[in-house]
Amino acid sequence: MTFEIILQAIVSGLLVGLIYALIAAGLSLIFGLMEIVNFAHGEHLMLSMFSSFWLWSLFGLDPVVSLPITVLLMALSGVLTHYLLIRYILKAKMLIQICATFGLSIFLRSLAQFFWTPDFRNVDKPLLEGRIEIGEIFIGQPQVFAGLVCLFAFAGLYLFVTRTETGLALQATAQDREAAEILGIPSNRMFALGWAIGLGCVGVAGAMMSNYFFIFTDVGVNFALFAFVAVALGGFGSVIGCLYAGIIIGLVEALGGLLIDPSFKLLYVFAIYLLVVIYRPQGLFGRY
Amino acid sequence: MASMLKQALREPVWHVNGRIAFALVGLTVFLLLFPLLDPGAFYLHLMILIFMYAVMSQSWNVIAGLSGQISLGHGMFFGIGAYTSSVLYLQYGLTPWIGLLLGMLICGVIAVMIGIPMLRLSGHYFAIATLLIGIGCQVVFQRWEFVGAASGLWMPLTEESSWSALQFHHSKAPYYYVFFGFFIVTYLLVWRLGRSKIGFRLRAVRDDAQAAQSLGINVAKYKIIAYAISAIIMAPMGSLFAQYILIVDPDRMFNIEISILVLLMTVLGGIGTIWGPLIGVAILIPISEYSRIYLGGTGGAVDLIFYGLILMLICIFRPAGLISLFPKHVLERERQR
Repeated sequence: MTFEIILQAIVSGLLVGLIYALIAAGLSLIFGLMEIVNFAHGEHLMLSMFSSFWLWSLFGLDPVVSLPITVLLMALSGVLTHYLLIRYILKAKMLIQICATFGLSIFLRSLAQFFWTPDFRNVDKPLLEGRIEIGEIFIGQPQVFAGLVCLFAFAGLYLFVTRTETGLALQATAQDREAAEILGIPSNRMFALGWAIGLGCVGVAGAMMSNYFFIFTDVGVNFALFAFVAVALGGFGSVIGCLYAGIIIGLVEALGGLLIDPSFKLLYVFAIYLLVVIYRPQGLFGRY
Repeated sequence: MASMLKQALREPVWHVNGRIAFALVGLTVFLLLFPLLDPGAFYLHLMILIFMYAVMSQSWNVIAGLSGQISLGHGMFFGIGAYTSSVLYLQYGLTPWIGLLLGMLICGVIAVMIGIPMLRLSGHYFAIATLLIGIGCQVVFQRWEFVGAASGLWMPLTEESSWSALQFHHSKAPYYYVFFGFFIVTYLLVWRLGRSKIGFRLRAVRDDAQAAQSLGINVAKYKIIAYAISAIIMAPMGSLFAQYILIVDPDRMFNIEISILVLLMTVLGGIGTIWGPLIGVAILIPISEYSRIYLGGTGGAVDLIFYGLILMLICIFRPAGLISLFPKHVLERERQR
């Protein structure tokens, strides 16, 4: 085991961690806003990857080119999710909320499986191909690009939430729904906006991943699980916590796979969740 | 306090009045005689599945309906129960009956171990944890050589049908009675549980954890108790099902669909009620079996599409489940004079 190999694992872990972070940020934003955990998050990721794939295969648009379209589509599906499902369960018990988004996840996944079959697909000859060599370390170009785009998206999200008026209104709604409504902030529209942004983040991540990852109907399951862990680790509702949590998870996954046994990658990440819940349930930056 | 107790006892859904009791006795007698009518293998199989899922949904109902905690990986206990009895039978020649009891014990212990860290916190932590652990279990069993890894274990056939090896080759009727027995016992026990002190405390915890705590109820402890009971109910179904199909493999025994189905059936029928899971099962199992016959198990996942859709529709329109469609006077005790 040389130093280069470990460094290589760290770099890959870091890059994939940025993607986890962005996916988790969407989840965390939605949770912070209305205290609903979107158990269909992985399926939304799957949809965004398929959107990239179909835009490529039907219209010949490269995933990088079609990124804005995918993000728009995902934002639209977020608004639809809010108005068709979430709106009705806002006041329901937590139990019903969990069941509803869980139902959505089953529905979307099996619907995708029905129409698109469970085959594995990938985008052939994307714009971004090949790899970069730095010394002994090889990094795939699409991965680097994906990591950077995710980082930019994250910065944009952070600036939007903390610096713009709409972002502040979003935060106000998250803090106190009724008080925000008294001040004239329409909470229902804020929720829809939250879903649009949350799933827009997923859209960015999905579009970037479709460059180099296999696209299939169950693809979202593991990513969603990692996003749950990241949200718990970063602190439920803390968007910036997700960035650190995502990177930590990426590193643990890569290094654990390298140093111990790659077939149990999933379990190392789950172990983080157990540790967080036992020792620091509010997460690294949690409000709760 | 006494008046509260009285009110709680009158809570309709845990109640059995004269009419319902009469119907139940009739139904029980019919179900006892059912195999004697020579209904054929398919209908026996259908009834066995109904009994099995009725018990499994009721198990989920104990943790979700009684204590208000959502477990998204409840199939885990099914799998562990199945593997415990099968491995003990294959490796050590231990009769599945003892394996079944050990499986219950192991599942109870695991539930307590998961519950101690997870159930102190708000329900989301627990829901996510169960989802992760459920999938983690499948990953472990897929790679664990001792239990057959991904290809699983086959039960060798015995020469003759035998009660000690729990194998019956000529007829499904003995299996029917075994599952039926577990079904009756489970429903009686859960019914008693719902009306016991533990049951009332659990519901207090579910409805308002802070209020319950201020009354001196140890909230976490009761949630853990509910989780353990629920795991213990689930485990023997795994052991029995393993003996019924004579094969255990990770993809079947830890299938995420099991966790989905028990949740869906309970929510569909009516969560937190004793009859809810049974209603959900009686509706969904025949639909799923017939759809398998007519649409074929092609992996098109048609039934899952409907499950997801039903789950969302129920959550939007009837969060109390189908049982809330029954008029109140059918469910409630006759008016007190």
